[in-house]
Amino acid sequence: MERIPVLRMGSLLLITIQVDMHDKLAMQLQDDVTQRISDWGSTGVLIDISSLEIVDSFIGRMLANIAGMSRVLGAETVVVGMQPAVAITLVELGMSLPGVRTALSVEAGMELLYGAGAGFKTGRDDDPAEA
Amino acid sequence: MRARDLKREGTMTQPRRETLPLKTSNDVVFARQKVRQWAIELHFGLVDQTKLVTAASELARNALDHGKGGQMVIEQVTNGARAGLKLIFEDQGPGIPNIEMALKDGYSTGTGMGLGLGGSKRLVNEFSVESTPGKGTRVTVVRWK
Repeated sequence: MERIPVLRMGSLLLITIQVDMHDKLAMQLQDDVTQRISDWGSTGVLIDISSLEIVDSFIGRMLANIAGMSRVLGAETVVVGMQPAVAITLVELGMSLPGVRTALSVEAGMELLYGAGAGFKTGRDDDPAEA
Repeated sequence: MRARDLKREGTMTQPRRETLPLKTSNDVVFARQKVRQWAIELHFGLVDQTKLVTAASELARNALDHGKGGQMVIEQVTNGARAGLKLIFEDQGPGIPNIEMALKDGYSTGTGMGLGLGGSKRLVNEFSVESTPGKGTRVTVVRWK
């Protein structure tokens, strides 16, 4: 079955959405992310949507759901790379993605997650961003 | 093929029109790709393209989820020198009993966020809904370049 890959990097999950998602694929991703958090004890989820040419209310809701479900499971979610035209459209549509943290780039998103204490569990205890 | 025809004939010839089925969630993906392709051919700006494609996605999903499937008609329209795209979404579903209510943000009978109709109205220049309970719904939108 067609799936969006969920990669594991330390205690983070990395997801890059590169296809025009149909609704079932979006639902599958929601299930996969929660399952991986539970399997691997991940504490951060980074979702790159820079390839998405539109985010409609369904995909917006999926992103909000993933963020909400992850939080309940103890992981922070950051959505990164939204195209400006997508942001304009999404807000006009009436969705400002409340409860979803966002960042411009993968790098900035990573920083947010490390700051939230979701980085590698070992070796980053002295990270000043966590203090 | 169509793009080539369009170029050869210019944009002032008989209007182009195409009908696409909306029976599965893959059809919704195909419908928005088609709208994108036409918007690009008409040289819509990126934000305009994105708004129209997003509206199409919402309305196509409405026809599928609430109208039990239907079809989308895409048509090139002109108003003087202005070019635009008209999209018509038709279903033979249960219809909308109270259109005014359905256009309000947050109104939803399904599992959505209730942004579909009201939200897509804000993304286009012209918007009309005709619905007959028990017969079906037709939503027509136009976005001008």
